[in-house]
Amino acid sequence: MNWLVENAGQIWELTLVHAALSAVPIVVGFVLAIPVGWLANRYHASRGTVLAIVGLLYAIPSLPLFIALPSLLGTRILDPVNIEVALSLYALAIMVRTASDAFASVDVDILLSATAVGFSTWRRFWYVELPLAGPVLLSGIRVVSVSTISLLSVGSVIGVTSLGYFFIDGFQRDFPLEILVGIIGTVVIAVVFDLVLAAVGRLLLPWTSRAVGRQRGRAAERTQLAGAA
Amino acid sequence: MTSWNLAFVWLLDPANWAGPGGIPARVGEHLLYTIVTLVIAAVIAVPIGLAIGHTGKGRALAVQLSGVLRALPTLGVLLLLALLLGLGFGPALIVMVVLALPPLLAGAYAGVDAVDRETIDAAKSIGMTGWQVLVKVELPLALPIIIGGVRSACLQVIATWTVAAYLPLGGLGRFIYDGLAVQNYAEMLGASVLVILLALIADGIFAVVQRLVVPRGVVVGRASDVRVRSSKRLATTSQSTTAG
Repeated sequence: MNWLVENAGQIWELTLVHAALSAVPIVVGFVLAIPVGWLANRYHASRGTVLAIVGLLYAIPSLPLFIALPSLLGTRILDPVNIEVALSLYALAIMVRTASDAFASVDVDILLSATAVGFSTWRRFWYVELPLAGPVLLSGIRVVSVSTISLLSVGSVIGVTSLGYFFIDGFQRDFPLEILVGIIGTVVIAVVFDLVLAAVGRLLLPWTSRAVGRQRGRAAERTQLAGAA
Repeated sequence: MTSWNLAFVWLLDPANWAGPGGIPARVGEHLLYTIVTLVIAAVIAVPIGLAIGHTGKGRALAVQLSGVLRALPTLGVLLLLALLLGLGFGPALIVMVVLALPPLLAGAYAGVDAVDRETIDAAKSIGMTGWQVLVKVELPLALPIIIGGVRSACLQVIATWTVAAYLPLGGLGRFIYDGLAVQNYAEMLGASVLVILLALIADGIFAVVQRLVVPRGVVVGRASDVRVRSSKRLATTSQSTTAG
């Protein structure tokens, strides 16, 4: 218990670092995945190719990727940028698949109606397609959020600071409480991020809160199937 | 780019291919760990997943449990259990099996769930019992998605055994940590290349198996032209394209 009190400052600090380091890849992955997912879904030939590439990306194990990236990016191995790029790639891999499914889930008749009443492709995307794809996109980013937060701690074995530091330090000092604090901290961040995303979802997609679509559940399960690297 | 050259020099050095700590031995260990984990996890998860898919009960619980498991940081759980239960293969294996359960479970129940209701009704109407429907109709039709679950579990297990070498254990992760300890980046990078190759080959094999197990007469739901399909049909068909 003493350890908790004495190290409260460090626990709080690492929690903030962990949250900040996880937030970047989640946002980057989401923002990049929307155009890629949309394009993948737009053209007949592109969907299979894009999903295949994304699938390969996702198959790459995390620790080897953390190690291989410095030599590709010209960064130092301890640089958190490596982890950020790796996690963004994983986020992108999950999100592109979800985004492609999300845009596919928008009823074609609705798109045709929008065109018929005079929407340009650009406006139709922002006012019709994106909002209607919203629920599935939201379920995707929630999965990305949880897996990014938990994967980030793997970076601590090569010395990148996060709550994972407590795992390594606690293990080396034979001190289970410290590891437990790290685990609880990680789960708390995941829960907080999830609540924030759900709240943002309710704000931006107010029509979904009443009738939770079957599609969302399906898409969530499909993303579940994707597992975590 | 010199780091890549050095990594390949390390990979091609005959000294690294010999003995109990050589590359073939480590690859063998990694494969053995992975296969043992997958077999145990599949024996537990697939029957439960099939039961959930067949009866439609317990689904919400399974989804929630998977979500909770995903939130747990693997490395932390691995090291905590090693402290509490002791170092070595056993405690690590427990963690690995638990981690492999969600994708396997999801594959099994989503696979059964994706089977067309009308097909099941037809099977019942010709007099099949619940058991026969499961074994003769649902299981074969669900098999590609079940294998999809095994595929993502396998990738996850290969990746996590690499991390678990920290404990210390064998497998290809050993090279990464040994290299890290002496600042030998060539060894770390060479080993990383090997793990990535192993994962991609495993992924490729499962991709082929997934295609092979599609029963004759069933067209795997490939979204041929997503723009003209109605969303409902797509929602059911695109599931079968899901893999890893």
